[in-house]
Amino acid sequence: MPVVDLEETLLPGVGVRYEMRCASGQMLGIVVQREGGAEIAVYDRRDPDRAQGMFRLSPDEADAVAEVLGAPRLTQRFADLSKEVPGLQSARLGITPGSPFDGRPLGDTRARTLTGCSIVALVRGADVVPSPGPEDVLRGGDVLVVIGSGAGLAQLEHRLTGRE
Amino acid sequence: MDHVAALLVELGLLFAGLSLLGILARRLGLSPVPFVLLAALAVGNGGLAPLDTAEPFLTAAAEIGVVLLLLTLGLEFSATELFSSFRRHAPSGVVDLVLNAPPGFVAGLMLGLPWEGALALAGVTWISSSGIVARLLGDLGRLANRETPAVLAVLVLEDLAMALFLPLLVVALAGSGPTAAIAGVGLAVGAVVLVLFAAQRHGHRLGRLLSHDDDEQVLLRLVGLTLLVAGGAQAMGASAAVGAFLVGLALPASFAERARAILAPLRDLFAALFFVAFGFATDPGAILPVLPAALALAVVSTATKMGTGWFAARRDGVAVPGRLRAGTALVARGEFSIVIAGLAVTAGIAEVGPIATGYVLILAVAGPVITRFAEPAALRRPAFAPT
Repeated sequence: MPVVDLEETLLPGVGVRYEMRCASGQMLGIVVQREGGAEIAVYDRRDPDRAQGMFRLSPDEADAVAEVLGAPRLTQRFADLSKEVPGLQSARLGITPGSPFDGRPLGDTRARTLTGCSIVALVRGADVVPSPGPEDVLRGGDVLVVIGSGAGLAQLEHRLTGRE
Repeated sequence: MDHVAALLVELGLLFAGLSLLGILARRLGLSPVPFVLLAALAVGNGGLAPLDTAEPFLTAAAEIGVVLLLLTLGLEFSATELFSSFRRHAPSGVVDLVLNAPPGFVAGLMLGLPWEGALALAGVTWISSSGIVARLLGDLGRLANRETPAVLAVLVLEDLAMALFLPLLVVALAGSGPTAAIAGVGLAVGAVVLVLFAAQRHGHRLGRLLSHDDDEQVLLRLVGLTLLVAGGAQAMGASAAVGAFLVGLALPASFAERARAILAPLRDLFAALFFVAFGFATDPGAILPVLPAALALAVVSTATKMGTGWFAARRDGVAVPGRLRAGTALVARGEFSIVIAGLAVTAGIAEVGPIATGYVLILAVAGPVITRFAEPAALRRPAFAPT
């Protein structure tokens, strides 16, 4: 994946501020508020510190935009969740084409029984399947959003790539 | 009218009046705090219509108001935010203290206050109003600005410093001498550090203990725990406010969000009563003579706050216009200056009341106005106005 010039700063009491220098040379500012709303800004050319011409999104609108753009937002939520419970971590594990589970149902991974990890979402391109069931068939290129212990995640990653 | 009827009618009129003041303040884009203070001065002691029957209730409600203000302040920032602000912006916090507390202290001594009173006034000029500033940044559409993290970090550090300053002040006001004051601060530092680390490891347990599907249960448990801790802190000679602040800090971020939502209306109600009670306890006739001094102090501490914001924003590599915005945004003083002054007044140094009231009245109004003018005139339009 090409490296994206994305800078993240905490805004205490407000949320998180992201600043991205796009390859096109434009600067994009996003503030994700803790209540779920968001602000999207561009920066003034004469005063590059000043945000200008913004969208102010309600939590529902922010969700809608996030769904349009993809799944990272979902992962972020689980990252937040895993911060609250010591020892719990989240990860995005890819199903590479040629993985032993490419074309097999999710249940066949026996992730929960063998590694104690929970698969909370299945990301396929722009689609997100929240809480996928054991009958959902995996395909190469899918990404699983998983929460579990550090050791369990490592174990599952090995299992999914077939390097057990 | 019998007693109950008089009490209810007085309180009803009071809340109706507060509602009107709130609407007026919002219209003008200002904080309601100075309006409430002004109205309380006008009606209260020596004013137009002293609310005699409601007075005992107001006094008790004011204490709860302070506790809830500090509890929600503790809930506002997570331990992660505190640590990261401290790591990145500690020098800005030091500059903030060094520039803004001395004007209040010197002014207090020049006005002939005892040193404990001057110490309280130092706190009044030091602490910006996080309520006013945070709201202002949102209203003016500055949240995404590059200087905003530095501004918010200064507010966080001030709030953390309050947890150390309040016990120092309470011990000093009790007249127990410098050794006891230092011991009090040592104890407070220990308590804050302990709570922050305990919150990191075991905060989720406390969260689980307090959480329940039913909002009513959460409210009762949270308020119960907070009042117990606040009462305990007060009994130990620390400040009830600090106990409440520590409870807020100890709660995990996941629970804090729900707690904030549940507590907000209760906090607003009791905090408003606190400002009313403070205004009532202040003699309006005593403010006029100290108004020139309050104005001079406001001018000096506006300059020092702008210096603080300038310094903090420059450390983040922000250019001159952004530094000006950061400096002017921090000028507003409000609720916590009143909390500090309230402690001094309760301890018997009544002279702090009028000067602090005059000072907050000036800067709670002037601060937001000044920072609007820090924007280039052509761009000074309401943020997010549909075009």
